[in-house]
Amino acid sequence: MDVLYFAWVRERIGVPKERIDHAPATVMDLVNDLRAREDRYAVAFSDLSALRVAVDQELSDFDASLAGAREVAFFPPMTGG
Amino acid sequence: MDIRVQEAAFDLGAEANAFVARQSRMGAVVTFTGIVRDLDGTSLNAMEIEHYPGMTRKALEKIAQEARDRWSLGDVLIIHRYGTLHPDEVIMMVATAARHRADAFHAAEFLMDFLKSRAPFWKKEVTEAGADWVAAKDADEDALTRW
Repeated sequence: MDVLYFAWVRERIGVPKERIDHAPATVMDLVNDLRAREDRYAVAFSDLSALRVAVDQELSDFDASLAGAREVAFFPPMTGG
Repeated sequence: MDIRVQEAAFDLGAEANAFVARQSRMGAVVTFTGIVRDLDGTSLNAMEIEHYPGMTRKALEKIAQEARDRWSLGDVLIIHRYGTLHPDEVIMMVATAARHRADAFHAAEFLMDFLKSRAPFWKKEVTEAGADWVAAKDADEDALTRW
């Protein structure tokens, strides 16, 4: 599964994209796995209310299942227009 | 429906004219244009717009389709730029065509409200003092509830 980061999440974690080989059951499980890795992840994921998530390029929720998911993206609230 | 996500500048007048020219039996076209606004007090050197290439187009199509489902529209155009822009440059435009103006106005406003907080773009302001990501405004999120 590919995990993508955008805007300040990308800057804080230091990479735009990475591949993970295991299969977390939910977005929250993935977040907790990442948080446990290194401080930069723990810092980026410290306040989930400041983050949005997309699963396979559709906006989703932190309690969403990742069954069959190929791409998960984390980013701050969007500022288009 | 014409949706474009691009780095290059576009000619607002030419796009608006072409959009009008390809309509038939439409009595109203509404256009909205977003421009890079300079900051108060300090000068903006650049605005860097990042997006999520795999998702952006799909998100814009979904918003445009939602507008078409809600109002009687002949056509929708969305052009949104990314990359490095400067004050007074055009960032994006939407155009809506309808038989009557109310549908065109409402749909254009709906598109803009959803584009603000549901299309995966992020803006960073670069000034002499450094660079800061533009925070989403609560008012933008609140604006969605009226639809």
